[in-house]
Amino acid sequence: MTAELGHFALILALCVSLVQGILPIAGAQYGRREWILLARPAAQALFLLMACSFAALAWSFYTNDFSVQYVAEHSNAQLPTLYRFGAVWGGHEGSLLLWVLMLSGWTVAVAQNSRTLDDTMVARVIGVLGLVTTGLLMFVLFTSNPFTRLLPAAENGRDLNPLLQDPGLVFHPPMLYMGYVGFSVAFAFAIAALLSGRLDAAWARWSRPWTTAAWVFLTLGIALGSWWAYYELGWGGWWFWDPVENASFLPWLLGTALLHSLAVTEKRGSFKSWTVLLAIGAFSLSLLGTFLVRSGVLTSVHAFATDPRRGIFILVLLVLVVGSSLALFAWRAPKVALGGSFGLMSRESLMLAGNVLLVVACASVLLGTLYPLIIDALHLGKISVGPPYFNAVFVPVMAPVLFLLAAVPLARWKHAEARDIALRMWIPGVLALLAGALVPRLMGGWTVLTGLGVALSVWIAVSGVIQIARRLKSGLPPSSFWGMHLGHMGIAVFVFGVTMVGGYQEEQDVRMEPGDTVLVGGHLFKMVGVQDVPGPNYSAARGAFEVSHNGGAVHMLYPEKRNYFSSTMPMTEAAIDAGFIRDVYVSLGEPLEGKAWAVRVYFKPFVDWIWGGCVLMALGGLFAMSDKRYRLRVKAGAMDTGLTKGATA
Amino acid sequence: MKRWKKRAAIIGGGLAAVGIAAALVLNALNSNIALYVTPSDVLAGKAPKFQAFRIGGMVKDGSLRRDNLTVHFIMTDLVKDIPVAYTGILPDLFKEGKGAVVQVKENAGGEYIATEVLAKHDENYMPPAAKDALDQAQKNKGTP
Repeated sequence: MTAELGHFALILALCVSLVQGILPIAGAQYGRREWILLARPAAQALFLLMACSFAALAWSFYTNDFSVQYVAEHSNAQLPTLYRFGAVWGGHEGSLLLWVLMLSGWTVAVAQNSRTLDDTMVARVIGVLGLVTTGLLMFVLFTSNPFTRLLPAAENGRDLNPLLQDPGLVFHPPMLYMGYVGFSVAFAFAIAALLSGRLDAAWARWSRPWTTAAWVFLTLGIALGSWWAYYELGWGGWWFWDPVENASFLPWLLGTALLHSLAVTEKRGSFKSWTVLLAIGAFSLSLLGTFLVRSGVLTSVHAFATDPRRGIFILVLLVLVVGSSLALFAWRAPKVALGGSFGLMSRESLMLAGNVLLVVACASVLLGTLYPLIIDALHLGKISVGPPYFNAVFVPVMAPVLFLLAAVPLARWKHAEARDIALRMWIPGVLALLAGALVPRLMGGWTVLTGLGVALSVWIAVSGVIQIARRLKSGLPPSSFWGMHLGHMGIAVFVFGVTMVGGYQEEQDVRMEPGDTVLVGGHLFKMVGVQDVPGPNYSAARGAFEVSHNGGAVHMLYPEKRNYFSSTMPMTEAAIDAGFIRDVYVSLGEPLEGKAWAVRVYFKPFVDWIWGGCVLMALGGLFAMSDKRYRLRVKAGAMDTGLTKGATA
Repeated sequence: MKRWKKRAAIIGGGLAAVGIAAALVLNALNSNIALYVTPSDVLAGKAPKFQAFRIGGMVKDGSLRRDNLTVHFIMTDLVKDIPVAYTGILPDLFKEGKGAVVQVKENAGGEYIATEVLAKHDENYMPPAAKDALDQAQKNKGTP
């Protein structure tokens, strides 16, 4: 019964989303006040219906209702409650339901927090979000309904993929989706502005905190995913340039470009068209990411053909979104007034350079991700594009971005003197060169990449500190200033972590018997033994290892090899001793003859700085969002638009 | 500075950036693509000579042999067999009779040395390259 209620709520939601998508936009176009005023209540109703629907699915999981096919496929009576909840979005249908729930959540958030905005503008924004919701709801209802019944009901569920039975994976998809879906708000603002023909600084100011919020979620979502891969997949990597990862990274790159471009549009009125294109691009890439991950094309272009409805549906949706928004852009862009002009050497031009580089980086990752699919689709053979491609392209394109980002905050708007900037940057420059030359030697060997990485992160960090110190002399800076510098510090920390792990990690696969020792990265690992231990829905072989550094304190590490009852697939649970400057990492391979096991041992210097950097970036975003002026100036913004309206009329 | 000069500089800079990026991309693509081949292809001499390539297929039943950390096994498309050796820890899902993909670089005395063994996803999943290899071999066998 619950499932039917959920299904019914979903169908009602589709009807409401149609109303929300059509009437407010039409009302704004034809000046019908009563239609415009429908936008907010429609958004609220839609959110309520989606919440009911989602709750119904969650209830079916909680009560182990295996007559619902989706539940039977992704849960099991023995599954712990937390994972039963996480299993709601553990598969295709449920995760799309979550997508739509979040979309309606963002819409309501816009509806509630836009009281000071012009009603017509809000109606357009909510309308565009309504149209997007309609598309996705149709996708859920027609191709991926989570409420389909299974008759006769299954005795027990097939269980959640053991890889997903982990707290990290319970929170990773919601975070990531919040980011993906959040870019729809930036997209809706851009489309609404195009529809109204008023692309001005006020539009950028409204759109900015929303875009930043989406970016914060996406950053955290990607970081969580990478952290999960690090400790749960059991093989010590933190980023594999896997197409699924790239799918989330692409919108992040464009989203980052969008954040900065919006800043210029707000402050100087320049880059309007570019900003709009980035907003369209970031959301399109979010949709493309969903398509790549959810259609099955990644496992094989031909898997797509076995269930073509889903893939084709998203593809059509993608083409509609991109096509119609670009068409609208082409129609409206010539009317967009030029913003303030700027010199060849100015904050604007430097920001533009950084932006272009981010877009180029994004395009090259996109190419590497799609290339095997294109080749396969054209029947030119099967290939794979490996991580070396991405490293070879990504690093050289991003290095200048990192170089620029330290100096840009010093450059003046409109016109800057290169000499002024150079004069203020000599301290970080010298320190960066020194650190780049010395630190890698201390760590055990200088290479171009480690030298470059250390130099760039010191360059960013030191210039950040100097800029903050200088700014503090003239009073307490606003929180957006802290946001920018925190975000940039996050990048510095991240780059340092990546450089250290990439350059100095040590890994060994060894055969170990109880009593055997191995020395990796200055840490002595001693195998004590392997024991069988029971778990709630699995049995495990648990190894015990003693780890000590230079004869110091002894830590115990307990890596496991688990066998879940519901599948024959073994799972490696690595044991990690995390530390500020290093992680040591042990995972059990397979049993060899007698009491011996194949064991993998890692020493990973500064690896936690990678995720620490991401957290700092996200914190920076939070600070930037909470800036007072977004709340105070909204009123002034509404006045602004009144003025520009008067001026253009 | 004149307006056109500024524009020219911006456009020139943009083109240079795109050009450099394109060069990087092409160069990197060229050297980092691994072609998928089937065991039959390898024996027919269709594998790339100086580049890493990936063999898709099944791990032959009963072929797995351990020699400390080195594992020897046979990749098959049910028509032709290729012996492979790999040193290190195998992924959790690597099993006899299941699909797998191995990246190999060189041939040492008739045995291919794998630098990477891929067997991902869940137990019922067959890597597309492996499935493809089996299908192709079957097709060729049917029509000699």
